[in-house]
Amino acid sequence: MSAVRCIDLCKTYRQGDQDIKALDHVSLEIAAKGFVCLSAPSGGGKTTLLNAIGGLDIPDSGEVWVAGQRIDQLSKGALASLRLQQIGFVFQAYNLIPVLSARENVEFVMQVQGVSKDGRREKSTAILKEVGLAGLEDRRPAEMSGGQQQRVAVARAIVSKPALVLADEPTANLDSKTSDELMELFVELNEHHGTTFVIATHDRRVMGYAKRLIKMLDGRIVDDINQRAA
Amino acid sequence: MNITLRLAWRNLWRQPRRTWLTIGAMVFSNALLVFMISLQFGMYDLMIDNTLQAFTGHIQVQAPGYKDDLKMRQVVPAVNALASDIRRETGLDRVAVRSAAFALVSSEDRSYGVQVFGADPQHEAQVSSLPGLVRDGRFPTDANAQEIVIGAVLARNLRVSVGDELTLLGSGRDGSFAAAVATISGIFDSGIADLDRNIAEVPLGFFNDVFYMEDAGHAIVVVTPNLDDVEAYRSRIESLLPVGSNLVVHDWNALQPGLKQAIQADLSSAFFMYGVLVVLVAFSVMNTQLMSVLERTHEFGIVMSLGLTPGRLGRLVLLETVLMGLAGMLLGALVGGAITLWFSYNGFSYPGMDQLAANFNLPSRFYPQATLLTLFAGPAVVFIGSICSATYPALRLHWLHPVEAMRAV
Ligand SMILES: Nc1ncnc2c1ncn2[C@@H]1O[C@H](COP(=O)(O)OP(=O)(O)O)[C@@H](O)[C@H]1O
Ligand SMILES: [Mg+2]
Repeated sequence: MSAVRCIDLCKTYRQGDQDIKALDHVSLEIAAKGFVCLSAPSGGGKTTLLNAIGGLDIPDSGEVWVAGQRIDQLSKGALASLRLQQIGFVFQAYNLIPVLSARENVEFVMQVQGVSKDGRREKSTAILKEVGLAGLEDRRPAEMSGGQQQRVAVARAIVSKPALVLADEPTANLDSKTSDELMELFVELNEHHGTTFVIATHDRRVMGYAKRLIKMLDGRIVDDINQRAA
Repeated sequence: MNITLRLAWRNLWRQPRRTWLTIGAMVFSNALLVFMISLQFGMYDLMIDNTLQAFTGHIQVQAPGYKDDLKMRQVVPAVNALASDIRRETGLDRVAVRSAAFALVSSEDRSYGVQVFGADPQHEAQVSSLPGLVRDGRFPTDANAQEIVIGAVLARNLRVSVGDELTLLGSGRDGSFAAAVATISGIFDSGIADLDRNIAEVPLGFFNDVFYMEDAGHAIVVVTPNLDDVEAYRSRIESLLPVGSNLVVHDWNALQPGLKQAIQADLSSAFFMYGVLVVLVAFSVMNTQLMSVLERTHEFGIVMSLGLTPGRLGRLVLLETVLMGLAGMLLGALVGGAITLWFSYNGFSYPGMDQLAANFNLPSRFYPQATLLTLFAGPAVVFIGSICSATYPALRLHWLHPVEAMRAV
């Protein structure tokens, strides 16, 4: 079973009197345990595609399947619970709730997921250690570097072991060294837990880590490279 | 502490000044409400007590219809026996028989139509403050003495003083001509214009002779220990009425409808003002929470994309409001309670209050009394109003689209 399957997705935005095809007949299949980079110049449709896969936005036409379930026809509430339980999100920046500490940011989502208090404590400690933040559990986002904040966001995204993690330009605000560290973390989690990663980026350094590189331009897939084989 | 609660609490202190301003508005209005309501209710109790204790009492047993026509023949038969029954069965000792007639009262110079009451010298002082308000002379002590007590205004109008004689002309219970001469034994000054101008009292035995009452009377007046007990005693007395009698037992509200109306009029104008206050506070809360939701659009977009529902975020906004509201309620009750306490020792008065006070024979300084009700009734309404007004910003989250929200900075 593939982790993600998109069939003939189209999404058109109107800007002024112009129609912009953010997704133009996109079809795509990502296997479980995949590690995929979506690369495109700015405005190429990366975010639109990730949002469609994550059920944040509904395409105009086409089908989206995640973990064997068709999701483009689900209700808002069902989509929210799908995201909560099965999909982890990492965004570009300002990803965390500023008034909560690293641990609380991770635990807040678990609380919503219905994890017991002891379970939350245990899991947040373990996951923060895994992303290399042991000892920084009680820091607020403002007291951490950009890289550390992104690690908290990753910890939050993967703490409940989702099958799929969607990351939208996660390194855009990070320097190259920190970017590398984050990508190494992704690779490790992918190999360790078998989590599927789909990472939108236009950062060449990030693309280098991907097993598979999908290139988009103006809402269309223009290239699909298996980098392992290459 | 629960994380959501912690989150709500910390969110409030992101903008401490705004939060304090909002809480401050709540504290101010709550303190004002506590003080005003404590003052008002203290005043009403005093007003009711003073008015009723002057003459009316809390409960009266009468013939049906008597209250409205005051016809001589609408009597309570065997009235003394019934009064004794009531005394014995209810354990109340403030029970007195009274009768009344309209009569022309004449001095050497002048005549006035007044309501002459026959009052039992032994018991009248327990149900009415008039005997105690006799300034000149004394209240009769002998039930058969040919004596009369009149109000200060009537005395002035008749140009008489203690020791002078008055002639009474009227008609008896059976419609016959009734006439008597009585010596003024005392003059009372109640401060209630109506009583001082239009009322005279004579001993009950003397009254019964003059107006052919035999063993009947017009009312049994009862005073209960506490206003709150009136209804219980009223129904108890109703059950004591002789079988087959059609007598009625009125409570003070039926006897003095003007009193409750005056209170209600005062209450409704006060409550209108309080309502305006609550609405103002509610709008300030709504404004605060709208701004705070707007500022967090991006953040809310992120957590919604993580799978949090708008309902959950709405509850967070409501929880924040609840925390502010609780702070406002407790601080408001505290400040209002302290102010009330201070005035309960030192008294309070404001211009315009003396007029209402004079109408009901009240002192012109008031001593507000804080009770649990007056401490929390107003603040509770402000609290509920605040929560209600925060539901709008909370519900607006349902229209928030995570993708668009995240685009906001
Ligand atoms: N909400 C929107 N309204 C109008 N146009 C949009 C909207 N979202 C995206 N677009 C347009 O769709 C195209 C693809 O956008 P996006 O998926 O964000 O690209 P990327 O993430 O690759 O930069 C761009 O031209 C963008 O301007
Ligand atoms: Mg983008």
